[in-house]
Formats: sequence, structure tokens, C-alpha cells
Amino acid sequence: MDPSLIPEILASSIRMAVPLILASLAGLWSERSGIVDIGLEGKMLAAAFAAASASFYFQSAWAGLFIAILVSLAMALVHGYASINQRGNQVVSGVAINMLAAGLAVVLGNTWFKEGGRTPALSEAMRFMPIDLPGATALADIPVLAGLAKIVSGHSLLTYLALALVPLSAWALARTRFGLRLRAVGENPHAVDTAGISVARLRYQAVIIAGVLCGIAGAYISTSLSASFVRDMSAGRGFMALAALIFANWRAWPALYTCLLFGFLQAIGNFMQGARIGQFEIPVQFFNTLPYLMTVVLLAGFIGKSIPPRASGIPYTKDR
Amino acid sequence: MAAPRSELPAWVDIGLIPLLNLAVALIVAGLVVVIIGENPLQALGIMLNGALGSFKGWSYLFYYTTNFTFTGLAVAVAFHAGLFNIGGEGQAYFAGLGAAIVGLNLEFLPWPIVIPLAVLASAGFGAFWAWVPGVLQAKRGSHIVITTIMFNFIAASLMVYLINNVFRPVGRMAVESREITGAYILNFRELGRLIGWKLPSTPLNPTIFLAFLAAWGVWYLLWRTKLGYEIRTVGANPEAAAYAGIDQARIITVSMAISGALAGLLSVNEVLGVQHRLLLEFAGGAGFVGIAVALMGRSHPVGIVLAAMLFGLLYQGGTELSFARPLISRDMIVVIQGLVILFMGALEYAFRPWMAALFFKPED
Repeated sequence: MDPSLIPEILASSIRMAVPLILASLAGLWSERSGIVDIGLEGKMLAAAFAAASASFYFQSAWAGLFIAILVSLAMALVHGYASINQRGNQVVSGVAINMLAAGLAVVLGNTWFKEGGRTPALSEAMRFMPIDLPGATALADIPVLAGLAKIVSGHSLLTYLALALVPLSAWALARTRFGLRLRAVGENPHAVDTAGISVARLRYQAVIIAGVLCGIAGAYISTSLSASFVRDMSAGRGFMALAALIFANWRAWPALYTCLLFGFLQAIGNFMQGARIGQFEIPVQFFNTLPYLMTVVLLAGFIGKSIPPRASGIPYTKDR
Repeated sequence: MAAPRSELPAWVDIGLIPLLNLAVALIVAGLVVVIIGENPLQALGIMLNGALGSFKGWSYLFYYTTNFTFTGLAVAVAFHAGLFNIGGEGQAYFAGLGAAIVGLNLEFLPWPIVIPLAVLASAGFGAFWAWVPGVLQAKRGSHIVITTIMFNFIAASLMVYLINNVFRPVGRMAVESREITGAYILNFRELGRLIGWKLPSTPLNPTIFLAFLAAWGVWYLLWRTKLGYEIRTVGANPEAAAYAGIDQARIITVSMAISGALAGLLSVNEVLGVQHRLLLEFAGGAGFVGIAVALMGRSHPVGIVLAAMLFGLLYQGGTELSFARPLISRDMIVVIQGLVILFMGALEYAFRPWMAALFFKPED
């Protein structure tokens, strides 16, 4: 492989990692409050569809982002209602959301655009396009720095937003009153309740944050990473994000690194097509499965044991 | 205000409430049809007529029932062990490999030998694809939902590669294997011809009896054997199971393998009975339908067969509907699955307080 490709592969890794990072943070907020969220995938997919449709309709990427967040939020609230008020099975609810999203996106897309579930291609004005950081072009002729500039600069606004949200989430969960209460509700809701703080309210707040983050992730997938919505385009990213979160032991920074690793594997897959070992051409499918294989390996925890928030997945019953 | 959860008449609990939940799911689906701009009652009429209005409709209904019974049972067995296997799709797909390997390589054997062998191979390959996530869960504490989903993706890539590079005859354009001639399960039209009956064209074949047999087998396993008792105990209360000396890791791996084997039988119907060749995506989402079927059937074999018939109706009716009303895409069925899982699974207690208010009678 040509070493001059390295900056491009790393830049691509970051691009591929963005939806994973956002979804991981969504999962982090939700699960830290005790609500298991298998529905990250569905929320992202629905948001991706909403973003692509709304961007096209309103001719504006920002409108797309806004609608995507609304749609993802609506699904998050359904999950919240099922998990918090109805004390239903949270995994089942998440699976339902995934299916609803996959079905509705194609059904509505087919009705509105008549392209078999696709949305029309988006022009540049309807997408979040790469922005060059100030000074990045000035470095273009300096050997090492040019490569570095290529990695750091030239991403869309949402990418920088995602990267900024990692320290923000880590800080909020570790240092703010809200974050500490939210984590407490995921560990021991009875104690929080006894202290006179509403468990349901905190959990709803967590679910809402997760919804907003998945909305941004979805908008990124269809209006920044690609230029239209195609069916099932989230391609398991919600589950990879969950795996990254579990592997990271429900902490923001390690989740970021794990997502970057997944992003790197996806980027490698795109760049390595047609690579061969001796006479044997490595099949494309092998590179495509690398992130999925890695997910299984990480989950099997060959590197350490992860401990989930103690009350995660357990509905809270106030009386009794 | 937690409503008491076991003091309703049984018929309300296992009859009325599920029907109410189903009705709400279908009403919401109807609203989606309204949003699309079609008349939901008309759509319902087309669906019912498409599935129940002709011999062909009924035969397709039962052909889908066969698939969904297998995948529904697969999800149910795992449910009873407290596991959520959403990898039925991948397990069924991977099982096609077993059916095809036996079917294509042992053609010299007479059919009464090669068909059972191919059935066993299907079950075995399906079992293997579920056993691995089972082991990872039991020994390494992996999240079974994520692992089985990942195995769906891995199976999809693996099968594309294998069908393209190993099974596709040289020089053929279509990405599929050559025809399986030895382990060829005749459909009812072909069987009817043997005895001089003339039946319309149908994909329905004797595999449906295997599905009913599997349903009975699952009932027998879960409620009449020691293993079944252990599976249900682990699912209901892992601590109690451990205290009773039940090896939880063994139960997890065994019940996942059984679950995968049941999902794998789908390829008997599809690969040996209908398509007679290994082709891409032959499972066609039936693995995911199994989740809705198992939830709707309350993880009981009788309920599962009935729920599988209902989904058979929806699938066949939905296909006819998408021909008659192109605005309503076939993916509407995925929406209905999602709604059924939501209202019959996650929100299953939503109407219970109302029912309790209606039917609760304090004991004297």
C-alpha cells in the first residue's frame, strides 16, 4: 500500500467514526441512567431518512438536521414511555423501534419519492459539506504538517460537533450535579428516590439526550457521509456503538477510542478493496465484515471485564 | 398504582389483552396507510382477499406459516431460557449452506436418505451459528443481542462470498448454485401429479408437517422433559436455577443451539422445498418475523403456529396489496412487525390497568 494514503485513511477513519461516536454517547447517557438502548440503530436510521427527506424538501441541511432530531426524539420518547411508564422490556422495545424505523423509512420514502425507498440525491447546499480549518491550506507544502492538516481539517461541522461532545459528556457525567444524579439513578434508583429526586424525570432527560444525539448521528450519515438515504444505511452502526460502549465500560473517552478503531476498520475496508496476499485476492466481503467481527471480539471481552450500571434494564417501581 | 398482575380472569389475560394489543398495533398500521394516502379498509379488503380468496392465496399463506413457525419457535426457545436471539435471520441463512452442501454433494444417495441428511445438516449449521454466540454469552458474558445481530451481518457477507465464488457454476451470471436434484422436496402440486390430482401451482410442500412436528417437539421439550424444565428455570430465575444446581452456561449454549437449529429448518422449506438451489437472501426477513411471532404467540407453540398463520396472511395479503396499490410498498409488513413487537412486547401491560378496573373482583 502507498504510504501517502495514510493521512487519507486516517481522515476517512474519523469520518466513519462520527456516527459511532454520537451513537455511543447516546447509549452512554441512556444506559448510565438505567435505560438499555438497543434502539440506537433504529433512531439513527429514522433520523437519516428524515434528514435526507427534509433537506431535500426545504433545500437546507439545517432543516434536515432539525427534523432528524425531532424524529429521533419522538422514537426516543416512545422507548422512554415503554421503559419508564409501562415498565416494559427495554430490549424488546428497542428491537421494535429498530424495525419500525427500517419499515417506515422505506414505506414513506417509496410513497414520497417513488425511488424504491431511496431519497433523491442531495446537492451541496442540502448537505453538511467539509469545511477547511483556517490555516490548513497554508500547510499544504510542508511535508509532515500537510498530512496532519489533511487528517484534522476538511471535515463537516457535525464531525467537529461530535468530537466536542465527547469531553462535554465526560465532564457533564462526572462533574455536574445533573450528571451525578443521572449516574446515581442508573446505579441505585431507590436511593435517588429517597433523596426526593424523581427517577422518571431523570430517566426521561437521559432518553431525550440520547434521542437528540442519535438524530445528529442520523443526519450525519445521510447528509454528510452520503448524499441521500438508502434503505438500511445505518448498517449495524447502532450495535457497533453499543459494543464500543460496553467495551469502554460505559465511559466517554474510551468509547471515543473504540469508535475511532471501528472507524479505522471501516476506512481500511474501503481502501483495501482488491488487496492480495501473494496470488490470493482478499475478498471484499472480508473487509466489509471486519467491523462486525471486531464487535464480536471486543464484546467477548478478551481484554477485560466490563461492568454495566447496576440498575440498567431494570424498570423502577416506586411503591412496594 | 401498580395493578395486581395475576388476579384477572385467565381469558382476559391470555385472550382479551393480547387481542386488544394486536388491534391497537393494526390500527396504528392503518394510520400509516392513511398517511400514505390510501384507504386502510380497502387495503385490508385487498389483503384478506389476496390471502383467503383463492386456493393459491391459502397455499402461500401456509407456505409463509411454515417459515414463520420455525423462526418463531427459535425465538421462543431462547426466550424461555431468558435469551433474546435476534439472529434467526443469519442462522437460517447460514443453514442454507448445510442444506446445499449435502444436497449438491450426496446426490448419488436415494432421496429417503439424502433428504433427512440435508434436513439434519440445515439444523446443524443453524445450530452452530447460534451456538457460537451462546458460548460467548455463557463463557465470556457477551451481549447476546449484539452478538447475534453481528452474526447476521457476518453470515450475509460470508454467504455472498461463498455463493459467488464456490457455489455459482462457472460462466453463469445469476448468483446462485446449480439446481439441487437429489434432496428435492416435491411441492403439493408435484405430489398431486404423482397420484393424478391436478392442483394449481404452489410453493407449499410437506415441510409444513415438519413445522408442526417441530412445534409439538418444542412443547414436549419445554414442558415434558428435564432439559426443558431447566431451560425454563434458568429463564425465569437464574439465581434459583443456580441454587438448584443447574449449570447455567450449559443451558445457555444448549438452548441457543436448539434455537438456531429451529431457525435453520427454514432452509429446508426454502432451499430444498421451494427454490431448489442456494441463492442470495433466501431467508427474506423471516428470521425477524419470528420475533414478532414469538411475542404474539406468547412463546407457546400453539400460539406461535397461530401467530405464524396471521403473519402468513399479512405476508401473502401484503404481496397482493403491493401489486394492487403500488404506493403501499411490501415493507409495510416490517412496520406491522415493529408495531406488533412494540404493542405486544414492550407495551404488553399498557391496557392492564383498564382491564383490571373492568374485571378485577376482590376475593371474599
